Amino acid sequence: MSQDLWNYIFIGGSFALYIGIAVRSRAATTKEYYVASGGVSPFANGMATAADWMSAATFISMAGIIAASGYDASRFLMGWTGGFVLLTTLIVPYLRKFNKFTVTDFLGDRFYSNFARAVGVVCAVFICMTYIMGQMRGVGLVFSRLFDIEIWTGVIIGAGIVFFYAGLGGMKGITYTQVAQYCVMVFAYTIPAVFISMALTGNVIPQFGLIGNFTEATGDTVPLLTKLNQLNTDLGFPDYTVGKLETLDMFCITAALMCGTAGLPHVIVRFFTVKSVKAVRKSACWTLLFIAVIYLTAPAIGAFARTNLILEVQGTSYAEAPDWFKSWEDRGLIAWVDKNGDGVMQHEAGGVFAGKNEKPIYAEATERAANEPRLTTNKLSENSNEVYYDRDILVMANPEMAKLPMWVIALVMAGCVAAALSTAAGLLLVLSTSISHDLMKKIVSPGMSDSQEVIWARSASFGFLAIAAYFGINPPAEFVAKTVAFAFGLAASSFFPTILMGVFSKRINREGAIAGMIAGIGLTLGYIIYFQFIVDHQNYLFGISPEGIGFIGMLVNFSVATLVSCVTPPPPASVVEMVEEIRLPRKAGSATH
Amino acid sequence: MNSQPDGSPPGNGRQNVYWTKSLQIVLFILTIWFVISLGCGVLFRENLDAFLPPIGGAPFGFWMAQQGAIIGFLLLLFLYMILMNSLDRKSGFDQEGEE
Repeated sequence: MSQDLWNYIFIGGSFALYIGIAVRSRAATTKEYYVASGGVSPFANGMATAADWMSAATFISMAGIIAASGYDASRFLMGWTGGFVLLTTLIVPYLRKFNKFTVTDFLGDRFYSNFARAVGVVCAVFICMTYIMGQMRGVGLVFSRLFDIEIWTGVIIGAGIVFFYAGLGGMKGITYTQVAQYCVMVFAYTIPAVFISMALTGNVIPQFGLIGNFTEATGDTVPLLTKLNQLNTDLGFPDYTVGKLETLDMFCITAALMCGTAGLPHVIVRFFTVKSVKAVRKSACWTLLFIAVIYLTAPAIGAFARTNLILEVQGTSYAEAPDWFKSWEDRGLIAWVDKNGDGVMQHEAGGVFAGKNEKPIYAEATERAANEPRLTTNKLSENSNEVYYDRDILVMANPEMAKLPMWVIALVMAGCVAAALSTAAGLLLVLSTSISHDLMKKIVSPGMSDSQEVIWARSASFGFLAIAAYFGINPPAEFVAKTVAFAFGLAASSFFPTILMGVFSKRINREGAIAGMIAGIGLTLGYIIYFQFIVDHQNYLFGISPEGIGFIGMLVNFSVATLVSCVTPPPPASVVEMVEEIRLPRKAGSATH
Repeated sequence: MNSQPDGSPPGNGRQNVYWTKSLQIVLFILTIWFVISLGCGVLFRENLDAFLPPIGGAPFGFWMAQQGAIIGFLLLLFLYMILMNSLDRKSGFDQEGEE
């Protein structure tokens, strides 16, 4: 059987599964649409949350980032899992008990203010839009690579599928498709890792391969990481296990990612679908278990990929380069420039091309002779590094590097698509409820009927998907990469501290919360915009990069909110009573308006 | 036991005790959370790499940052569930049969 046939079987089969599930679980009421009637089991919700959480970027790029930066990438590993401890102990049990449909509902009711509600809507829309653009792009890329179609066709197909089950099925449709998508993803991520781990370290469990031994050609064994440190330093890179970020910056970035994770609306609302506070606690354990399976594999894949890449490429003549090297070169994600004219590939620290993060620009497509690289027209940099590779290829090229059977390659592709679709669907739900529930029902026209609200939700999801698809086809490339810092910074400096104070303090009032949010968001956005778009230098304040400023924004939010609350009147008695009520787990009941 | 016959909220004393105890549990969990992640993985990583025995072939601090912290988080969430559920039971805020 050919590779194409396997691809059609795996992608087609998984799509048929998603649509089948969607048709069975079409939502008719707002309660079904927003929270799947509040009756999802903790186990199923755990799987769905894990799928929701793992985006195309996590699935495709994370291992590549780890391979490239070693210890420094731990900020993502700890940040994106440690956030779940904050989420579970400080946020979701109380919001579940509060028993409304959206995160913004809590801000609006707890701080008795439609202005706080409006700030919530703006933040939610901004955070989710930033994310969803990247997901649509991811679907488009995989499709174009698999079926040789234009990226825009791929984006439209992906958007169509998501609209079909998320727009029509709402939370009910999303939940059960995400369960299926998690299963596809976990196999796609771990199976290639098992084979590579066995080849490199002789360890069947890839999670243990990271701390295992590497067998040299001479038969001697050394710890894999020691070998990797030595390979890295020989080529002028920093030690793999040490990295080069400053401790304070690393601390702030990790903390910002953790707090941001605990404030992301599309993750929080997933926990509104289970039955009680007790079920929330159980579901959080399942969620982190399912996420950990993949996150514990990622550092192993990163270390394996880095070792394989250096061993197979460094000092090899181009004529003897492995097949995968040439096939990814054809797809424009690898390039080799023979700077010293010796016909041998040299990989060293530093960029191949001049300029910041320069991508290869290939010369006009002429017939490529065997054993000739694709020519590039970039201006070359001063250093002697000759090999350019896009970090995103490491997960997708893994099966080829390890010479795995064709069905594994098709499975990995289906996994990439599942990761992108599941996250896009969760985000789309938050986007559409922000408009239909928080904006239309709660602010603009409170008299609206239930079925009108569902119509608004469906129209809004269609509108947002159209915008996301547009940006997926015409990506503001540099913009998207930089806005990831925005999404987490915003969540860390707005939703997380404000919800936290709303639950744990009875004294924080409307004025304090609004002032705190504005100060926190203002500082975070200002700092990111200043360093990403206005100036070109990197003389950061105290060495804290824009990625980590959300943590400082959060501290500012806390202080301003506390100060302002102290000098303004306390919240009304009904709000204090509400806070007392949500602190007790009993009678969580099912979600209502 | 769970609610007063006339539906009025249970006494404030019981609520306050419950809240204080659950804050203690949360603080306990978050202290460990901080030590194993930002502590071992970031702040003291270099010392741990240098002075503690490696985990398999990985330096201790590096391993904590890449894998150890995640395993720790998982155990913490499990512990949190057990502690909170038992507090609910003892304080009479148990949610019978609700899962």
